Amino acid sequence: MAVERVAERAPARPPVWNDPRFRAIFFQALVLALVIGVGAYLVNNTLTNMEKRGIASGFGFLGTTAGFSISTTLVPYTEESTYGRAFLVGLANTLLVSVIGVFFATILGFIVGIARLSRNWLVAKLAAVYIETLRNIPLLLQIFFWYFAVLRNLPSPRQSFILFDIFYLNIRGLNTPAPVFEEGFGWVLLSAVVAVAAAVSIVRWARRRREETGRPFHTVYTSLAILFGLPTLATLLAGSPLHWEYAVLEGFNFQGGMVMSPELVALVFSLSTYTASFIGEIVRAGIMAVNRGQTEAAYAVGLSPGLTLRLVVIPQALRVIIPPLTSQYLNLTKNSSLASAIAYPDLVLVFAGTVLNQTGQAVEIIAITMAVYLTISLLISMFMNWYNRKMALVER
Amino acid sequence: MNDRAQTYLPGTHPDLPPPPSMVGVYGWLRANLFSSPVNVILTLLAAYIIYLAFPPLIQWVFINADWQGDTREACRREGACWVFVKVWLRQFMYGRYPSTEIWRINTAYAILALGMIPMFIPRVRGKAWIAAFLLFGYPVVAYYLFYGSAFGQVVVETPLWGGLFLTLVIASVGIVGSLPIGIVLALGRRSRLPIIQSVSIAFIEIWRGVPLITVLFMASVMFPLFMPEGLTIDRLARALVGVMLFSAAYMAEVVRGGLQAIPKGQYEAAQALGLNYGKMMALIILPQALKLVIPGIVNTFIGLFKDTTLVLIIGLMDFLGTIQSAGTNPQWLGFAIEGYVFSALVFWVFCFGMSRYSQHLERKLRTTH
Repeated sequence: MAVERVAERAPARPPVWNDPRFRAIFFQALVLALVIGVGAYLVNNTLTNMEKRGIASGFGFLGTTAGFSISTTLVPYTEESTYGRAFLVGLANTLLVSVIGVFFATILGFIVGIARLSRNWLVAKLAAVYIETLRNIPLLLQIFFWYFAVLRNLPSPRQSFILFDIFYLNIRGLNTPAPVFEEGFGWVLLSAVVAVAAAVSIVRWARRRREETGRPFHTVYTSLAILFGLPTLATLLAGSPLHWEYAVLEGFNFQGGMVMSPELVALVFSLSTYTASFIGEIVRAGIMAVNRGQTEAAYAVGLSPGLTLRLVVIPQALRVIIPPLTSQYLNLTKNSSLASAIAYPDLVLVFAGTVLNQTGQAVEIIAITMAVYLTISLLISMFMNWYNRKMALVER
Repeated sequence: MNDRAQTYLPGTHPDLPPPPSMVGVYGWLRANLFSSPVNVILTLLAAYIIYLAFPPLIQWVFINADWQGDTREACRREGACWVFVKVWLRQFMYGRYPSTEIWRINTAYAILALGMIPMFIPRVRGKAWIAAFLLFGYPVVAYYLFYGSAFGQVVVETPLWGGLFLTLVIASVGIVGSLPIGIVLALGRRSRLPIIQSVSIAFIEIWRGVPLITVLFMASVMFPLFMPEGLTIDRLARALVGVMLFSAAYMAEVVRGGLQAIPKGQYEAAQALGLNYGKMMALIILPQALKLVIPGIVNTFIGLFKDTTLVLIIGLMDFLGTIQSAGTNPQWLGFAIEGYVFSALVFWVFCFGMSRYSQHLERKLRTTH
């Protein structure tokens, strides 16, 4: 009897639409159907439209002759080259701007960030004004300002601004010395590679020895000596195979050396000053995030101020700084696409601009362009995840 | 009289004033500017930079500038020619919007201001209703004011829209439109259902991984291909959709940050009360999470506001676009700098004001200790 009564009172099986497992499957199927449906609708529309307008599809156009010229090329390129080659030129130009921009933005950003924390009132306020001004003005406006208002109004090559007697800034761009490699430079490169490998293995060996025996080793000085000494030695032995060719004013223009176009100069300048204002804030936050107790504890165990900074403060600050710093690098790379506004031939201008206009294959070209930026950003976030895992606090 | 040294019992001597070198202007200077040789050098260097930058700037902006007149010839001095900005101001603010209809834009601004002011006054009751009107009712009102067609008003086609007005329209539509999409995406990303989660992650990461320019290019050249035959969408609407999808991905990450900050106990308590997923999110989790991320939303808005300048690349005449076109007007060549400085000032005031406001909110909303 009792058993029966319990069985009677046991709740009936819930209706199937209240079963969480059924609901999960149902909602997921719904979302999937929606996504597929919308996708199919768009693809179908696109195909019909392209057929109507007589636009070919597929990636065959990459092998066709481009027939337009590009002002700045790192990769060999002529008007007879293919669209695929034009794509490579654009990609190389984007990477060029990004790399130079990241380099200067990092240096400037760290200077500004540390200056913002300076105990010197004037320096701290100056850094604050820099940060608050630059990061609250749109980047495109800054690029326009530097390009149209400043660089387009520079004097002719004869009245160039001269920096350190080797850089000349004028309306045609920035003339810099160019490296000239002679025979035997390969040995110098080889020695540099060997030096890096040696330094890395010494650091590893020293760390292992310290962990096993406790005896320290001056890795910093030794590896610096190897890194600089070995290539210098190789240079001397090979008979100085590296020369600098200086730009010389001849007639109305400069001969020799390298020239960075005004577009490139404006872009690099505005990208690095703009990004530096964000990096400055990141650096400041990172340093402030290190608890003051950490410094005091380091002093209490007898570390010198230099060692405290190197072994206690900087490693902890970097843990906070590096992740947002990499996302700023990523932003800089994405922002370099603004190049197309001042006609610097980057990926977007060359490929999503000129090539798209000539071929009309919007879908393929936009897809490739987006895929390139996606790949870069995925690579950077992979690095970030790896770094975060490596640096994660070991909690006990 | 006073030459006799006053004697004190031990412990009764009054505190001596600090030495003059430690207090007042002199003490402040010593502590903050000249505390060490390195600091002296830094101070001098900074002072030199200020000397190099500011006097010429002030000369250019104020002392040598031309303010009077309304022709190019009025600018004779070597400083800035603010006449240029004065003449083109209407263009900068409203683009080519017909001058007889500008009152419509101003009315919309006034309604917005009237709606916003009570939000800043703590004592006003019923803020939720005002906020609801601003979010849901106001866009409809603004649409009919800007575009027209209702109440027998003249229709102003979107190609005539421009200037700061267009910038504000794009930024506001972008942010208001992206908020609901962003919330749905954030919930999707936090979902335990694998397909919903991966669809959300893919959407968010794709939009966050590409530059806004490519999104706008896509909006302007690919959207027409996506649409069924015969349906053409306005160029502005295409850009708006692009901006909205783009900022929705960023918004989703901001909202996700708020969702993650809600303690697990809140979810469990809601479930213990028997609330289903929708009620749990709408009544318990989202109100707390959204309150947490208001500063983040304001920051996203600042970023979007700056990024709207990119629409000039696909041919829309936003604020920077009108400045750029005025600067290349043959009659006014050579005054581009004044235009840039003016627009930089306007953008700066907007962005700096909003960032200060978001910092203020962050302090005000911090309810923990």
